[in-house]
Amino acid sequence: MNLIEIKNLSATTKSGQSILKGLSLSIEKGKIHAIMGPNGAGKSTLAKILAGHPAYEVTEGEIWFKGQNLLDMDPEERAQAGLFLSFQYPLEISGVTNQQFFQAALNAQRKGRDLPPLSNEEFEALLDEKMKAMEIRPEFKTRNLNEGFSGGEKKKNEILQLALFNPDLAVLDETDSGLDIDAMRIVANGVNQMRRADNALLIITHYQRLLDHIRPDFVHVLADGKIVRTGGPELALELEEKGYA
Amino acid sequence: MSTSQEIYSSSEYKYGFTTPIASDVFPKGLSEETIRKISEKKGEPEFLLRFRLKAFKKWQEMEEPVWPNVKYPPINYQEISYYAEPKVKPRLDKLDQVDPELLKTFEKLGIPLDEQKRLSNVAVDVVFDSVSLGTTFQKKLEEAGVVLCSISEAVKRYPELIEEYLGSVVPIGDNFFAALNSAVFSDGSFVYIPKGVRSPMELSTYFRINEKETGQFERTLIIAEEGSYVSYLEGCTAPAFDTNQLHAAVVELVAKERAEIKYSTVQNWYAGDPKTGKGGIYNFVTKRGLCAGDHSKICWTQVEVGAAITWKYPSCILKGDHSVGEFYSVALTNGKMQADTGTKMIHIGKNSRSTIVSKGISADESHNSYRGLVKIVPKAEGARNYTQCDSMLVGNKCSANTFPYIETANSTCQLEHEASTSKMNEEQIFYLQSRGIPREDAVNLIVNGFCKEVIRELPLEFAAEAQKLLALKLEHSVG
Repeated sequence: MNLIEIKNLSATTKSGQSILKGLSLSIEKGKIHAIMGPNGAGKSTLAKILAGHPAYEVTEGEIWFKGQNLLDMDPEERAQAGLFLSFQYPLEISGVTNQQFFQAALNAQRKGRDLPPLSNEEFEALLDEKMKAMEIRPEFKTRNLNEGFSGGEKKKNEILQLALFNPDLAVLDETDSGLDIDAMRIVANGVNQMRRADNALLIITHYQRLLDHIRPDFVHVLADGKIVRTGGPELALELEEKGYA
Repeated sequence: MSTSQEIYSSSEYKYGFTTPIASDVFPKGLSEETIRKISEKKGEPEFLLRFRLKAFKKWQEMEEPVWPNVKYPPINYQEISYYAEPKVKPRLDKLDQVDPELLKTFEKLGIPLDEQKRLSNVAVDVVFDSVSLGTTFQKKLEEAGVVLCSISEAVKRYPELIEEYLGSVVPIGDNFFAALNSAVFSDGSFVYIPKGVRSPMELSTYFRINEKETGQFERTLIIAEEGSYVSYLEGCTAPAFDTNQLHAAVVELVAKERAEIKYSTVQNWYAGDPKTGKGGIYNFVTKRGLCAGDHSKICWTQVEVGAAITWKYPSCILKGDHSVGEFYSVALTNGKMQADTGTKMIHIGKNSRSTIVSKGISADESHNSYRGLVKIVPKAEGARNYTQCDSMLVGNKCSANTFPYIETANSTCQLEHEASTSKMNEEQIFYLQSRGIPREDAVNLIVNGFCKEVIRELPLEFAAEAQKLLALKLEHSVG
């Protein structure tokens, strides 16, 4: 069964610049899809539109997520429904600790699903477990959200959230960029640990290397606002070798 | 009437209402005669009348300051009535003797007095317009030897203390508004903590302007004797109507050797119509503390979210050696509000230390300025100051300014100044939203994160109230 169905999606910036031009993509439960493509093809725009970023306007098409009309939902409702976007450039917020933010977010998502909030003890136990699994030092908890984090730390922080929130669909927007080999391994482990038979992953990347760690079922090429080619994991290798041209 | 009714019904200002209590109001205008009448009405001793008249003379020779970074039409001081008191003038020790209208007012404010007495262990000296009503918890305070009463009462009960300390920290000719206040102050609070006593509870006053077109001139004096401690909370709200109201208060604090005074304020006066800027309170306040003794400490914490115009610099004169002054401030402006606020830390004592943490948030079309002076006199060996000034802009029609002044005359002092300006942006809000946090909560989280260092200095129940206020104020400004 399809977890998400994107049908003939067209979108522009607020100033009217056309970015997506009739993109269609369906993702089944349990599958990993990768989207590759040249700069400016619309890969990050697709990720932001899925999460509900206000800077874009959908001019045509539909997105159905778990049977719900995603385009009718506010960004927070999408997260509550089980969609997660790992940001390419995570934001910094001073005065708000990682732990405070994670707990506020997780409990807001639970509230959206009519679940009671986790108590401080329950939450902290969960957080400790996930942090340990991701080899993250405890002082991460008390640091302000992404403030003064290195590029790699920010990406790890995104994947830690992925592990905590345990979404049905995770969209990773260039999570591999800026990661060294060790961080890449940790991030990939984190992602692989969240895999279930009933969730799915959409990986947006420029490079093949993350796909060595997280093996996709499908690889799509996005160019000029739509998907121009689809294949198996071997397609990523071919692109790596020959480029997009 | 229609304008005030419109404001009355709008949700912008939830404390916007006036209470129909009949008041005894002086006719408009200010002269020596008015002052004599105020003094007579209050049955004041001769020294206080002289104090007032001297101040009035000074005031007449002074000019309204023009240096603040605020703009407003000229105030006609003859168009203000300088005294109002509720017709019903109870001297009560029980709440059920209080005018039911008044009790309703408190309920609307969300501060049912009796509840507060029982639950939060706070003694409340309620100022309603200019005359103080019954104080609660008087007994418990008395047992500890702590005095909390209205200034008028203190004038009668402790005239020698009033004569000695009134005007000792803020001289009558200190500035235009302080001089005016010294001439016409109606009432306010008096606190005295004897030697070695820790006040058994936090002392709190709720101010309220009720009578239309009546300037309110509050006067507060707090004296902490050697080795004593007191925490004083001040919160204000005011009703909404469409003529400007002048509020020119003076607060004086005196801390003797090893004494500590913590003075916290949440200020939420009516700020005027958010679209036109019409109406709203002019909040021209002089607050100053004297760290008179060695190792004494004064801490000002303020959350300023209201008033059309704010002009306010809670300051410390660090006279005692090793004395400590602190200033923690959040000033939020929205709509057409203008704020020029900050502090002065005057280092006189050896090894005196001060900390300034100022957080300014400007939204909509408001103007928010921090103005601060750190002054080190020649004999202040080893004085230290740390200043942190952060501004946050919400939207792109507002402005934030910082005017730090530093004067040092001693080479052994150490001064640090940090400043930042940031913008609350859509990307931050979207990031939080994308994690399931609703938009309003996201704004709340960002703002309260920004103000954290100040909010945590507030007493607990004030902190919760302040956080709610900040979120409420920005509800319509973001997005």
